[in-house]
Amino acid sequence: MSLPLLRGLPTFGADEDPGPSFTGLLAAAGLPADVGRPDVAAPGDLSGVTHGTTVVALRHRDGVVMAGDRRATAGNLISHRSIEKVYPAGRHAGVAIAGAAGPSMEMVRLFQLQLEHYEKVEGQPLSLDGQANQLSQMVRANLTSALRGLLVVPLFAGWDERRRCGRLFQYDVTGGRYEEQDYAAGGSGSLHAGTVVKLGFRPGLEPSAAVDLAISALFQAADEDSATGGPDLVRGIFPVVVDIDADGYRRLDDPQVEERFRALLAALDADGGEAHIERSSGDAG
Amino acid sequence: MNMPFYVAPEQIMKDRADYARKGIARGKSLVAVTYRDGILLCAENVSNTLRKISEIYDRIAFAGVGKYNEFDQLRIAGVRHADLKGYAYSRQDVEARSLANQYAQILGQIFTHEMKPMEVEILVAEITDEVGTEQLFHILYDGTVNDESRWSVLGGEAEAISERLGDLHDADLDAAAALRAAVDALAGPERTLVADDLEVATLDRTLGRRCFRRLGIAEVDALLGQPRAASGETSDGAAD
Repeated sequence: MSLPLLRGLPTFGADEDPGPSFTGLLAAAGLPADVGRPDVAAPGDLSGVTHGTTVVALRHRDGVVMAGDRRATAGNLISHRSIEKVYPAGRHAGVAIAGAAGPSMEMVRLFQLQLEHYEKVEGQPLSLDGQANQLSQMVRANLTSALRGLLVVPLFAGWDERRRCGRLFQYDVTGGRYEEQDYAAGGSGSLHAGTVVKLGFRPGLEPSAAVDLAISALFQAADEDSATGGPDLVRGIFPVVVDIDADGYRRLDDPQVEERFRALLAALDADGGEAHIERSSGDAG
Repeated sequence: MNMPFYVAPEQIMKDRADYARKGIARGKSLVAVTYRDGILLCAENVSNTLRKISEIYDRIAFAGVGKYNEFDQLRIAGVRHADLKGYAYSRQDVEARSLANQYAQILGQIFTHEMKPMEVEILVAEITDEVGTEQLFHILYDGTVNDESRWSVLGGEAEAISERLGDLHDADLDAAAALRAAVDALAGPERTLVADDLEVATLDRTLGRRCFRRLGIAEVDALLGQPRAASGETSDGAAD
């Protein structure tokens, strides 16, 4: 791969200047981004391709909470136990990905760079709407690959400094961008995770209640969907949970998430929930 | 047919250097000083939007004096260079030294080959995790690079300011004391500078990945408001 612009300082004439766009700069530098490149192989056996699974995002009183499980699958095998699917994007937003892991991670990396590059060149960050649109364009650019089986379907959420509220966006493979008022879920376990959030959601939730609801949603999704990973108490692997508010993007540390999970398990236990159906008395009778 | 007059190369270079120096001397000066948490950059700048100090990369800052449009063009080229390099290789491979060399090359090229030299002086500053390893690359209009380690002064009155700074500076200063030293050196004995006249930013190694932070007017006011004697004792809290 040649890196023409790395040999000197990249300067452009006024008519070909890429402006604050990093992907534009990559193209001008002869390093086109791999995301959405139309020359990917024709559909073949994609069962060996690593896929990330379930992510959820929901609004609360002070912003938004995003969470994603840690499992990646390739066909019917677990390929990674501790992959991360929620990433920071700018200082006040996060992006969560479901779909083919390789293209998803590359898209996140480009998206992060795009936002940071814009901020540095322009001297101020892109608005949250602008960020959501940028991501939409990147998803759309991936359409050809998506139709061949390499789907990338992100969730985007953040704190809008102009409107002073948390906002969240869902996407489809064509780059369609849909703003959600309350919550959104993506990936193979999204049906179950989404249902749990739907039942537990109230407008103006406390941030801590929103974290608990997200954790519960991932737990129930893992219970029903084999591609979603539950909390791994043996290895100490827990979902990534992040809280985004006026102070910015903040990932909850593992002990904190573990404590919430243990509280959830204790509550399920106390309820005599499904997890512990007592059969012994029936057998004896 | 007229023969062009012969002009000695020494004379050409001297004329160009004088031209560039005059242009630079018309603007206000800028200082960068090392302090406990990294590097503090402080410029005299009445504009709140046309910046002299900016972020290049995680641990690298850029500062320029002289003609705004010229150093801003260099700044953007630097951001592009750094982001491309970080994308193609890795974030840790982006370093100030190579960027400073690129700047030196481009400025040297323009100085010798173009009609008009760039009327700028720029600084590429970088911090690492370790105290005392800060790097300040000071690049002149003709591509001369100076590697400075404790402080750097850009602009017309560099010598006088540098002399004043020598008496005030100490690498163990906290943010407030470093700012005070920078402002006193910039102002000199006859003037007083207030937050409105200043543009201040830090490369602060306690901030995580992106170490560059711009200080707002209120923050600069608060840091300057502290009495000089007490400023040496304030805790790290003052920097946040």
